[in-house]
Amino acid sequence: MIVRKLLLSDRGSQLFFAVLLATTVLVPLLNAVVPDGSMLHLPNYSVALIGKYMTYALMAISVDLIWGYCGILSLGHTAFFALGGYAMGMYLMRQIGTRGVYGDPVLPDFMVFLNWKELPWFWQGMDHFGFAMLMVVVAPGLLAWLFGWFAFRSRVTGVYLSIITQALTYALLLAFFRNEMGFGGNNGLTDFKDLLGFDLQAQHTRIGLFLATAIALALSYAACRYIIGSRLGRVVEAVRDAESRTRFIGYKVENVKLWLWTFSAVIAGIAGALYVPQVGIINPGEFAPINSIEVVVWVAVGGRGTLYGAALGALLVNYAKTYFTAALPEVWLYALGALFVGVTLFLPQGIVGLITKLARNRTTS
Amino acid sequence: MIGGRFLGQNRRSAAPRLDLSHNIILYLEGISVSFDGFKALNDLNLYIEAGELRCIIGPNGAGKTTMMDVITGKTRPDTGSAWFGQTVDLLSLSEPEIATAGIGRKFQKPTIFPNHTTFENLELAMAGDKAVWKVLFARISSEQADRIDSVLRTIGLSDKRNVLAGSLSHGQKQWLEIGMLLMQSPELLLVDEPVAGMTPQETERTAELLVSLSGTHSVVVVEHDMAFVRSIARTVTVLHQGSVLAEGSMDQVQNDPKVIEVYLGD
Repeated sequence: MIVRKLLLSDRGSQLFFAVLLATTVLVPLLNAVVPDGSMLHLPNYSVALIGKYMTYALMAISVDLIWGYCGILSLGHTAFFALGGYAMGMYLMRQIGTRGVYGDPVLPDFMVFLNWKELPWFWQGMDHFGFAMLMVVVAPGLLAWLFGWFAFRSRVTGVYLSIITQALTYALLLAFFRNEMGFGGNNGLTDFKDLLGFDLQAQHTRIGLFLATAIALALSYAACRYIIGSRLGRVVEAVRDAESRTRFIGYKVENVKLWLWTFSAVIAGIAGALYVPQVGIINPGEFAPINSIEVVVWVAVGGRGTLYGAALGALLVNYAKTYFTAALPEVWLYALGALFVGVTLFLPQGIVGLITKLARNRTTS
Repeated sequence: MIGGRFLGQNRRSAAPRLDLSHNIILYLEGISVSFDGFKALNDLNLYIEAGELRCIIGPNGAGKTTMMDVITGKTRPDTGSAWFGQTVDLLSLSEPEIATAGIGRKFQKPTIFPNHTTFENLELAMAGDKAVWKVLFARISSEQADRIDSVLRTIGLSDKRNVLAGSLSHGQKQWLEIGMLLMQSPELLLVDEPVAGMTPQETERTAELLVSLSGTHSVVVVEHDMAFVRSIARTVTVLHQGSVLAEGSMDQVQNDPKVIEVYLGD
């Protein structure tokens, strides 16, 4: 009810939910109901592509929550995304069973290849869907909590914190590249067959994953919006604007940051878990610092501190990326950099800021 | 995954109740602080009575701000003790714990939350359980709203209730910050240079405000503006090189040869 009340005063969020609802209804219809030959038919790979974009939007919202509202610029947030993804990937690996190349009923192929005789302790229980889903939330949440506990308690802020987050994700990247870590080394986890008994290549599974992503996006958005609209949300913005003042009026700033940071990491983990079955692979490349920076660019382009702006930015930049990497692959990284510089210089509030400014000018003139 | 200890920390920190049985609210005894060999405070002894309005003056570098930092937990002294009433050991508490125990601090530069309305600024400062989980589900009650409105009247900003605090004038920001201190229901207010940069009318209004607050609160004002100090102070403490040089009424202090030497000497 409170969320509904909040939404009534927030045009952007209304629009976000309207678009999300329309997409959620239209995509499965155009894919499953409209016949194959029709112009309006949406191929299976497009369903997965749109689903992937939605996990990016979820990721962008998670970064906007801590950057836009609390001023913590994380340049390592895909560490949490990848951890959630690996948790999901481990479940999917265990589902392969005897269908692997080596046909071992318990060990995934890469372990047989490494001559391992038994499953490492951290792979135990990952064949249970419930437990694996718990790990999707616990693994990134626990890492974020530990990291935040040390960082915020020692009052590391600003650019120093950003650098440490980047070091964190880079350290994980290097660790996951090692075969001995037991996560498939540089090949990562792939060749997934099915999820909860449903064939991952099947149309209805794709639609199911798409719907699950849409629901996760809607619920996470509503949860973030609730937090922002609560008094805690005002405290969070107070921390961003005047941290020591917030401390002197009696708030434990480190607890506020730690709580929000951990929550944000959990959302990122869920995004990663939904991403992996839709793209069919998770490898250490997901930990790469450039990925985290890209997320920050999405949020900056869309307009930070609005949530819906972050989602919009994720869609636009990724659409551009899909286009550029196909048409002009060597240009993409330069375009990304130029985009970030351009937005920072000319559109500090992003596209959303530009639109609100234009709208305001029109009403006043 | 979020531990009970983490969410419950504010409950644990509820400081022991303030004991004013000797009518002294603040004891600073033998406090020394040095930064890289420079002694910012040197065996400072200071006692503030309950309900008193005390002005602290002194040349630049006398240690006024460092003293405030020690009281509010921002700086830990090398030696000495700091007690709030008879029972609260300030040196064992963190900044938010000291704030919750009842010491409010106004900074030299007005620090308010520019992207929140005046009302929201006061709401955030309001005394109460400030643990994360409590704040997430907090609702403002009508008594609390009334209390905020009454503070808005006290600081003369009723008509700015729903204005973003960032758009207030300098003087209004200073008053808002004093209002935020009042919302914390503190016993002791520390006010650092409240009239710097204010117009004469604003200065006068601030003097009235601070005088009206003393009695129900103890107020310690650090100020450079001598005319302002004269208009509000009953007791003045002069700090010099990190310790107390003189203490007494404004007239006593101004005629003290040591003070004259420090302020007027070579």
